Amino acid sequence: MKESTGFGRAVLAILWKDLAAELRGKELLSAMLVFALLVILAFNFALDLDPKTRASVTSGVLWVSFIFAGTLGLNRSMATEQDRGCLDGLLLAPVDRSAIYFGKMLANLVFMLIVEAVVLPIYSALYNVNLFRPGLLLMVVLGSVGYVAVGTLLAAMAAQARTRDMLLPLLLFPVIIPVLIAAVKGSAAFLAGSAWADVSSWVNLLLAYDVLFLAVPLMVFDFVVEE
Amino acid sequence: MTTTPSSAPVIAVRGLVKRFGIKTVLKGMDFQAEEGEFVALLGPNGAGKTTFLRILASLSRPSAGDVRVKGHRLPQQATAVRRRLGFVSHQPLLYGDLSGEENLRFYARLYSLPDANERIAAVLKMVGMYRHRRDLVRTYSRGMQQRLAIARALLPDPDVLLLDEPYTGLDQDAAAMLDEILARVSTQKRTVVLTSHDLSKAALLASRFDVLARGKIAASAGRGEISDAELLDFYRGALASAEAER
Repeated sequence: MKESTGFGRAVLAILWKDLAAELRGKELLSAMLVFALLVILAFNFALDLDPKTRASVTSGVLWVSFIFAGTLGLNRSMATEQDRGCLDGLLLAPVDRSAIYFGKMLANLVFMLIVEAVVLPIYSALYNVNLFRPGLLLMVVLGSVGYVAVGTLLAAMAAQARTRDMLLPLLLFPVIIPVLIAAVKGSAAFLAGSAWADVSSWVNLLLAYDVLFLAVPLMVFDFVVEE
Repeated sequence: MTTTPSSAPVIAVRGLVKRFGIKTVLKGMDFQAEEGEFVALLGPNGAGKTTFLRILASLSRPSAGDVRVKGHRLPQQATAVRRRLGFVSHQPLLYGDLSGEENLRFYARLYSLPDANERIAAVLKMVGMYRHRRDLVRTYSRGMQQRLAIARALLPDPDVLLLDEPYTGLDQDAAAMLDEILARVSTQKRTVVLTSHDLSKAALLASRFDVLARGKIAASAGRGEISDAELLDFYRGALASAEAER
């Protein structure tokens, strides 16, 4: 019980630290937001589409902006831990090291959800598409959890390398393909008003992926961050 | 400084080997430190001083050998070791966008410290940073960051304090202030290991001098065995004999 209390406290402490630091610096969120908004603006100007075609590309454009902005956030999030040797400070704490992973993962998830909460209404206004449908929002949350779960693990791995900015996308994109396919296909199906039976397989795939990549770090994170 | 020997050494290392790929940095190193000892671990750049401290701090895994801190074996009982240990490196391990006090509060939560507020105030006063506690760390000078780093390391009141080149990048005034703080820290019943290639700093603070060369302790002497004036000759002699054994 005492161990689990320490674990939960450490997770919340890291979450609090990341949110408090971001509130001051605003480096990470501003970079993610600018990038995501630039992507949807560029697509808006590049694709002069009729309403029907516009609805069919929405899912792809949204996930491209989320994924690229998310990668930027993951890189910067681990860079702050490398700066002034802070990762060592975390590793010196007498807690299970997977608590560090879950703290960082939750903070990354919060940042990604904030970006999505800003991008969705702007996209709705620009493309004249209603994105506030429960099914689509479910896919956004499940996709984001999967993306951040695996992304945080790989960002910690890449953080040890000098070329981490380049290394993370190389490691991340092959592993993230199942999430990307399920999120894009599921989101498109919800936007097209498909029946639950047609979408459920994508939802189940995302759920399974999320559970798997939230469980794996419990076993491997200690080895990922050690010298 | 007095050394208080106890039945089991606080730090006990036997046959420690550390390899990075094909390069072997520590080659069967033996080391021990008693309660209250202040050991200066001297050696040239690349001798393995930082590697050794990182292994003691459970930041790096030994390739072979037996490493125990307060009777806990590394890496198997790393969490128990981390609870008893403070670590100061040439990097401050502090977040620039948080204030000094917020940084310490964050670490107090990670360590689940009871009476965190009192402890934070006490360590800030000890290192002379209480007045600057609300300022962001990124506005601190290098010397102030290092003083706060010592406060961070002392926060859980550790039995063992590891100092890895803490004088790196400090100007004369900041280094003198650090001397005072470390002297205060070392008067308590705490085992301290300081790595340095600055012999004058070691001479000022340590109760024992160990020279690390070629991956092993090449020579060891207590404060009573050599004078400050003889320290340079002792150091050079240890390096020369390690080189001759090569």
